Amino acid sequence: MTFYHHLPSRRETLLGAGALFAWTQMPRLARAAGRDPRLLVVVLRGALDGLGAVAPVGDPDWIGLRGDRALVLDGKTPALPLDSFFALNPAMPNLHRLYNAQQATIVHATATPYRERSHFDGQDVLESGIVRPGAIDTGWLNRALVAMPSDGRVDLRGSRALGIGAVTPLVVRGAAPVMSWVPQKLLPASADTQARLLDLYQHTDPRLAVALEARMRLASLGPAGGVDSPELDSASLAPPGIARVRAYFADVAGTAARFLARPDGPRVGAVGVDGWDTHINEGAASGQLANLLGALDGALAAFETNMGEAWRETVVVIVTEFGRTARINGTDGTDHGTGTVAFLAGGALRGGRVVADWPGLKAAQLFEGRDLKPTTDLRAVLKGLLRDHLMVEERVLATTVFPDSAEVVPTAGLVG
Amino acid sequence: MSDSAKAEAALALHRFGMGPRPGSIAAIESDPRGALIAELERPAASLDAASALPASAKAFRAVADYNARRQAKAIIAKKEQEAKRQQMAEASSMMEGAGKAGEEMAAKTAANAVPDPGRAIYLQEAKIRTEAALNAEIGFTERLVWFWSNHFCISADKIRSMSGAYEREAIRPHIVGRFVDLLLAAEGHPAMLFYLDNTVSMGQNSIAGINRTRGLNENLAREIMELHTLGVRSGYTQDDVISFANVLTGWTLLPPPDNPEHGGEFTFNPRLHEPGAQKVLGKSYDGEGAEQGRAVLRDLAAHPATATYVATKLARYFIADTPPPPLVERMAKVFVDTEGDLKEIAKAMVSAPESWAQPPTKLKRPSEWVVGMVRAAGGKQTDPERFTSGQVLLGEPLWRPPSPKGFPDDEASWIDGMGRRLDIANNVAERVSDRVDPQDVIENVLGSSVSSEAQQAVGRAESRQQALALLFMSAEFQRR
Repeated sequence: MTFYHHLPSRRETLLGAGALFAWTQMPRLARAAGRDPRLLVVVLRGALDGLGAVAPVGDPDWIGLRGDRALVLDGKTPALPLDSFFALNPAMPNLHRLYNAQQATIVHATATPYRERSHFDGQDVLESGIVRPGAIDTGWLNRALVAMPSDGRVDLRGSRALGIGAVTPLVVRGAAPVMSWVPQKLLPASADTQARLLDLYQHTDPRLAVALEARMRLASLGPAGGVDSPELDSASLAPPGIARVRAYFADVAGTAARFLARPDGPRVGAVGVDGWDTHINEGAASGQLANLLGALDGALAAFETNMGEAWRETVVVIVTEFGRTARINGTDGTDHGTGTVAFLAGGALRGGRVVADWPGLKAAQLFEGRDLKPTTDLRAVLKGLLRDHLMVEERVLATTVFPDSAEVVPTAGLVG
Repeated sequence: MSDSAKAEAALALHRFGMGPRPGSIAAIESDPRGALIAELERPAASLDAASALPASAKAFRAVADYNARRQAKAIIAKKEQEAKRQQMAEASSMMEGAGKAGEEMAAKTAANAVPDPGRAIYLQEAKIRTEAALNAEIGFTERLVWFWSNHFCISADKIRSMSGAYEREAIRPHIVGRFVDLLLAAEGHPAMLFYLDNTVSMGQNSIAGINRTRGLNENLAREIMELHTLGVRSGYTQDDVISFANVLTGWTLLPPPDNPEHGGEFTFNPRLHEPGAQKVLGKSYDGEGAEQGRAVLRDLAAHPATATYVATKLARYFIADTPPPPLVERMAKVFVDTEGDLKEIAKAMVSAPESWAQPPTKLKRPSEWVVGMVRAAGGKQTDPERFTSGQVLLGEPLWRPPSPKGFPDDEASWIDGMGRRLDIANNVAERVSDRVDPQDVIENVLGSSVSSEAQQAVGRAESRQQALALLFMSAEFQRR
C-alpha cells in the first residue's frame, strides 16, 4: 500500500496549523527579591511517545519491546547518551547540549492522574490541573497567578495575557485575563475604531469588552523587540511540510521569547503544539516522531537565543497528556498509553539529570500490560517548579492550583 | 408587524440560520417557527452547482496520479542534474555539497511544475458550500450540514482531495434523515477510513496480517465511540475499543494505482479482516464481512448514551454553551422515541420554548460570523481563495479541524480572537462600504434586533466603513 506514503500526514501538518501560545504577566512579587523569573509551558497535544523520545537503553527488556524500532546507542543514527541508562532521540541535539550544561532535566515514567485514553479528557486533566476531566474551564497556570499574594500592588485586570491564534490553551485560561496576539497581515482597524467598539462593548457586552481590551493593551506594547513579525499567518492552502513546520514553530517560540524577554513584557506563557498522535509509521531515530522532536528542539534553540540574558532566569516545561503503548502497534506506530516524559529546559534549572523511578519494561511491569507505568505524578514536578521558581505558596498549590493534591509532594531541587 | 415579531424573526435567522439578508426578516416574521420547519421539509439542497465537481474517489485518483507524476518528474530532474555533475571533473568536497543541493533544487522545481488538481478541487468545493450558505433563505439546513460535518469531521490536511466531496456524499444527504444512516455513511466513507487510519489496519489473524506482520490500529474504533456516538466516559472499555477495531478491519478503499476506474472507492477487503466473532459492549457479533461492522454501528446508533450525547451537542451548537437540561432531555427522548429521526429532533428543538430564550448568549463561530456579514451586505457570491484565507486567519480553516474532535463550540475557545475579527470586519467593511448603507442594514436587514447603543455608535461613526465595522462587531451581530 505504498500509495499512502507520498501523501502528507495529518499529524505532521497540524503542528503548523495548531501552534498557539498565550501568556499572562506575573504579579511583581517574585521580582522583589531581585529575581525576575520566566516560565513557558509547552503542551504537546496528541500524546508524546516518551519511550521514543527518551529511550531506556540500559533496560534489558528495551530491545525486546521495540525490536528494530528501538533507539540504541550503536545504531545507524545513535541516540544521544544522557546517563548510563537513558538516551535521547538524536533529533534533539540542542536539548542534549543544554542537558550537558546542566540546563535541562528530563522526567521519565511520569503522568497526570488521568488513567483513561481519551486525548481530549487527558489534555483537560493536564491543563486544568483537576483530576476529573471536564470539571472546570480554568487552567492551573492561570490559577497560580491569581492565587499569588499581591499585597494590593497587582491589579489583575491590568495583568497581561497573550495567545497566538484564535483559540487559547486551557492551561492559561482563567480570571487573569489572556490577550491574543496574531501577527498582522491585514490592515488593522484604527485605534479610533477600536476605542469606539470598546465603548460599545462596555455598554452592551462586558465579556467582549474584556477580550477587546486585552488586545488593545498588547498592541500598546509595540512590536516585540523591534524584530519583524514572523509570517505566521500565511494563508497558503497547501498543507505544510516538515520544513515549514520547523520554521513556523521556531518563529512562534522565537516571538514568545522576544515578548518574555522584555523588561515590561509578560512573565508566564503557554503554547499548545498539535501533531504528536503517532498511530502510523512513527519511526525512531528518523521519521515522523524524530521530525517533530527536531522541530521542537529547533524551537527550543530559537527560544533560548531570543531570551538573551533572561534565559538564566527562565524555565521551559514541555508536557503532554499521556504516553503511548510500550509496544509498536500493527501499523508501525503506537496507540494511546499512559506513562511518558516531560522535558524541562532553562538557565534557571539545576539540570543535567533524568528524574525517574524506573518501573521496568517486563510485561508484568507495564501498566495494564501495555503502557509504561507512571511512577512520578506530573503534578509533583509542576508544583516543584511553581513553588521554587515562581514562589507560589505550597498551601495554595495543594488547594486552588492543583486541588486535592496535598499528598503529591512538590519535587525539590529542580531549580537553583 | 410589531417589534417583538421582528425580534423573534431576527433571532430565528441568527440562532438557527446563517443570519438575516435584506428582506429575510419581513419574509418570515409572521411565523418564524413555521418557516424553520418548512425549510426542513423542503427537499435537501441538491447543490446543482456541484454536479460539475468530481466524486470523492475520482478526486482522490486525480491527486494520487498527480503525486505519482510529481514524484516521477522529481526523480528525472535529480538524475539529470546528477549526470551533469559527474561530467564535471572537479570533485572537491565543496563542489560535492553544491551539486547535491542543486539536485534537490532541480527535483523540487520539476515537481512543482506539475499542476496540483487538489487545490483547485478544494477551492471549488469551498465556493459551492459557502454560496449555499449565502443563498439559503434561512440557512437552518445549511447549519445542520455544518454541524454534522464538524461532528463527523475529517481533515483536508490529511485528505484534501476528498474533503468537500465527503461532506456532499456522506453528510448532506442524511442531515434530516436517520442518525444511523448518517453514521453508516460517514464511517464507511473512504475519506473517514483514510483520515482515522483504518485503511492500514488489519486483523492480527487475517491473511494479510499474518503475511505482512502488520496489524491493528485502534484509531477509528475509539473515535467512533468517543466522538461520534456514545461520548467519552460513557462506559465502554479498552477491550471494547480493541474488539470494535477488529470488527472494522477490512473497511478500506481501493488503491488508485491498480484501479483506474474505481480506485479511492470504499471496499471491504476480507484479506485484512480479523476472523471470528467479537464482543463489543457485552454483545457478541459473529456476522461476516462488512455486515459485522454495520451491526455494531447500528447498535451504537441506538444506544441511549448516543441519544444524550447527540442531543447535548446539537443544543450546545444552536442554543447555548450550557444548554438547558430540560431541552436536552426532550431532544434525547425524541431521539430514542423516533429511533434517531434527525428531522424530528430538529423540530423538537425549534418547538421548545427554551430554544427562544433572550438575550442571545452564544458566540458565533468565525465561519458563521463571516457568512453572516456577507449575507447582511446582500452578497451572494464568494471568492473562495479570500474566504478560505480569512478562515485560516480566524483560526477555523475550512475542513481542517485541529483534531478528530472537530472545532470547539464554546465561547472560551473563540473569544480571544476578537482582535482578529475586528481586522476582518474592518476589511469587509472597507470592501462593501461603497454600496452598503449602514442605516439600511440596521433597518432592513437586522430589523429591531440592534440595541440603541449600537444604533447610536453607528450613527456617530466617522465613516461608513467604521459604522459597518462597528455593526459587524456588535454583540447583537456576534451572538445568537
